[in-house]
Amino acid sequence: MALTDKELKEIAYLARINVNQNIFPSLKKELQDILALFDELNNADTSDIEAMSHPLDLSQPTREDQVTEVNEREKLQKNAPLVKSGLFLVPKVIDGED
Amino acid sequence: MNNKDIWEPVIGLEIHVQLSTKSKLFSGASTDFGALPNTQACNIDLALPGVLPVLNEEVLRMAIMLGKALNANINSPTAFARKNYFYPDSPKGYQISQMDKPIVEDGYLDIETSKGKKRIGVTRAHLEEDAGKSLHEDFEGFSGIDLNRAGTPLLEIVSEPDIASPEEAVAYLKSIHSIIRYLDISDGNMAEGSMRCDANVSVRKKGEEILGTRTETKNVNSFRFVEKAIEYEIKRQIHQLESGNTITQETRLYDSQNNTTRPMRSKEFANDYRYFPEPDLLPVKLEKEFIEEVLTSMPEMPTQKKERFSTQFNLNEYDADLLSADKDFADFFEEVLKFSVSPKIAANWIMGELSAELNKENLNIKDTKVSSKMLGQLISRIEDSTISGKIAKDVFTKMWSTGKDVDTIIEEEGLKQVTDDKEIESLIDEVIQNNPEQLKQYQSGKDRLFGFFVGQVMKVSKGKANPQQVNDILKVKLEK
Amino acid sequence: MDLHKFSISQLLDGLKNKQFSSTELTKHYLKRISKHDDDLNSYISVTEDLALKQADAADKRYHDDKALPLDGIPLAHKDIFCTKGVLTTCGSKMLANFEAPYSSTVYERLNSKGMVMLGKTNMDEFAMGSSNETSYFGPVKNPWNLRNVPGGSSGGSAACVSAELAPVATATDTGGSIRQPASLCGLTGIKPTYGRVSRFGMIAFASSLDQGGVLSRSAEDAALVLEAMSGHDPKDSTSLNYEAPDLISDINKPIKGMKIGLPKEFFEKEMPEYSQKSIQQAIEVYKNLGAEFVEISLRNINLSLPIYYIIAPAECSANLSRYDGVRYGYRCNDPKDIDDLFMRTREEGFGAEVKRRILIGTYVLSAGYYDAYYLKAQKCRRLVANDFLEAFEKVDVILSPTTPGTSFKAGEKTNNPLEMYLQDIFTIPANLVGLPGLSIPCGEHEGLPLGMQLIGNSLEEAKLLQFAHSYQLNTDWHKNMPNL
Repeated sequence: MALTDKELKEIAYLARINVNQNIFPSLKKELQDILALFDELNNADTSDIEAMSHPLDLSQPTREDQVTEVNEREKLQKNAPLVKSGLFLVPKVIDGED
Repeated sequence: MNNKDIWEPVIGLEIHVQLSTKSKLFSGASTDFGALPNTQACNIDLALPGVLPVLNEEVLRMAIMLGKALNANINSPTAFARKNYFYPDSPKGYQISQMDKPIVEDGYLDIETSKGKKRIGVTRAHLEEDAGKSLHEDFEGFSGIDLNRAGTPLLEIVSEPDIASPEEAVAYLKSIHSIIRYLDISDGNMAEGSMRCDANVSVRKKGEEILGTRTETKNVNSFRFVEKAIEYEIKRQIHQLESGNTITQETRLYDSQNNTTRPMRSKEFANDYRYFPEPDLLPVKLEKEFIEEVLTSMPEMPTQKKERFSTQFNLNEYDADLLSADKDFADFFEEVLKFSVSPKIAANWIMGELSAELNKENLNIKDTKVSSKMLGQLISRIEDSTISGKIAKDVFTKMWSTGKDVDTIIEEEGLKQVTDDKEIESLIDEVIQNNPEQLKQYQSGKDRLFGFFVGQVMKVSKGKANPQQVNDILKVKLEK
Repeated sequence: MDLHKFSISQLLDGLKNKQFSSTELTKHYLKRISKHDDDLNSYISVTEDLALKQADAADKRYHDDKALPLDGIPLAHKDIFCTKGVLTTCGSKMLANFEAPYSSTVYERLNSKGMVMLGKTNMDEFAMGSSNETSYFGPVKNPWNLRNVPGGSSGGSAACVSAELAPVATATDTGGSIRQPASLCGLTGIKPTYGRVSRFGMIAFASSLDQGGVLSRSAEDAALVLEAMSGHDPKDSTSLNYEAPDLISDINKPIKGMKIGLPKEFFEKEMPEYSQKSIQQAIEVYKNLGAEFVEISLRNINLSLPIYYIIAPAECSANLSRYDGVRYGYRCNDPKDIDDLFMRTREEGFGAEVKRRILIGTYVLSAGYYDAYYLKAQKCRRLVANDFLEAFEKVDVILSPTTPGTSFKAGEKTNNPLEMYLQDIFTIPANLVGLPGLSIPCGEHEGLPLGMQLIGNSLEEAKLLQFAHSYQLNTDWHKNMPNL
């Protein structure tokens, strides 16, 4: 399946990975080769087959509604790139962005 | 012809209800409101590498109760899915939500407006995580991210596009609000964001089958704003179409200050949430016994309560309806009844004096200055003839302003009703003595003057004499 | 004393009998690491201070007669397991400075059994790779031949155990990341049934496929450590609700009369002659031990590779979204807006293979392609599972090669992702279905080891280890170690 430049640009944006224009051709080729691998699945008859999204056919366990965590902000923010007054700082987010 | 006769709005609501659990949907961090930033965000809420979600059982109970109240199906198994999008307040880069198998599906709700009763379909209600908050003030070009709210459980209730007017939208929203309050699964506080509403609005020419292009208006955080925002959006769309323009499918924000909606800034590429089954969680198989246990422990719903109020307490339909519409009012009513007072009198006081005072000060019943206990005691004092109904109204006003209980006010103000026959007799004697002229007229057949004597006795007693006793004794005395 | 030649049970005996202390043993290994690991690059972090502290605590317990089941035995953890207060990088620039504020259940369990952590082992970035060449911390060398790759993604764990720089190591396996390096480094490597080992604190690659396990020098060593790290964990919703299995009691039982399945689809594949010869010899060994061979068919097994390269990237594309430069990890310089922060952080923080898989995963989940790729793959996955269900009605275990051949030269496949992906062609099916699988050495070619794979039915790790141990009691391949 041919992958267009526009599609590649779009998935790169959805994945929030900047892709330098000059590696577009090589990356497109690599991805296309991988996608070609998937064609084999078209030969499989899956008409009455239920999708299997997980190897375990069990029910989800639950926990009681109890507060078990204490405030560990200081410890948890030790790895943070930029913090002020206990908040993680990021470039200004414009309210009302879709 | 008025354009309202040509066009017909089609409205659907998406209501996010924050569930009032102690801990989060998938972590053991507290959900309390108002803590210091990021002090209630644990390693799971922060999406540290390697952490995994574990489901809070309480949300299943809450969702099952809501499903029942909405006359809906409870899906088992019900499954979680990942909804992928990047936003700094969404720590995992995906939200755990539900797609194919929402826990609640295919229900309805009956609402009532000035045009009568109507049934609104409920497509689904699904569980999902709330996001954190972005704070924009005071960080010199930066936004601050607080993840305390991240992972708080939400139920998103999606209606069918069955709503045909802003009035119906508000009635539906109020009805949902009443249900979640009754079930006590959320505090439903729209101002604090524990209940949020998005409105999908389109218009079409009457008689047309195909739906018009719709817009989604977000950020509508009060009943009144829901009405206003939808009204505005309908007008805007009609105006657009009549001017020969088309409607763009988009997300809009409601601006309550200017009462307008405006489109959100859109990006180069459309959102594509890439839902897929959440592999860190298995489908939830709800055991029959579990569902039954939840349903038996379910609190009484508004319609059941109304029914009970009219049979058990002999209230008329109007009173029963008013009292049961709001759970807090209904609870207050039943608390007052614990003082063994007449339900009818209690109902009158709650819907009369109490509601008037609450309205005057724009207060919620939860913040009332006269508690159920205070009101119960006040009514008891009327019923045991300590005070008259008329004096009780003054006492109520004093209770409201001072917070003192009924007995303290009666004591301090000397309002205790005179019920001693001898004392009343001497009051009557005094009045008869002081009004020989009227006595003569009465005795010569002017019966109307009986009222005059009652009035005089009450006046001399400063309203404290028991009116029934005054009547009885006066009759005897005047006949002599 | 050549302490690095001792098996775990020999080490436990020695510690119990006070022939040597855990401190001596730990120092012995630390010395070997500092001597040899510059060449191998099998460790990302060596936690010397912590190791000596833990060894000292173990020695005290031996002194007080309160020793724990694996007390004082050193091990290395794959750098995918979070360890509190210790650098946990997952082989990525993204987490190059990430000090985990909490520990994985695997670390906690083994720590509570008295094991001593020597350090954290190198790995392919976020466990994506089959040659340990995608690590931000540089490639790992194969101790059998330094020009060759050790396999991946648990290449560091495999290299350090094979080079005797640790008696045993933890590892993870999403499509073969334990078994393939075991084969290429001449080790025993076991991936248990999905859900046996808690994934809590094990950094996710593909959640429905990832499973922790062990790389060791014998089935017996593997059994001891796997048993200690298994068992139900309430913090992992996909953890099996069973106690840890007893893997030791039956390990010596004979396999006489048991049935081994040979999937004809595997043996129809083109295979180097030395590979065929080794497998044939292994079959002979088992025949002599009284096992019966049955030809079986796994009709849809050839779909495994495409299924895997849809599902694993799809899951990873979401699992790796959390690396956004906001709360921890790498962050690009001077982002001009929020999207710039996300996009450059992820461009600069991830390596090429990781980005490739995220993009593929994003693509197969995107609107318009979901049904054709992702959903189709999930349906085909069911077909593969059904094949195994059928097969295990007839046989106890399934035997196959682990890898298409022996270790290859570094750089040989780095420019051809597809060729690299073929490395896992025999190992991937077990992950898709969640079955236990192991690899044990069964031959060599030009001085490089080669393994065979045994796949078991769900929950039958004990049986797999019994088969592996029987083989190892009767052959010496597992005793061969490289000369450093």
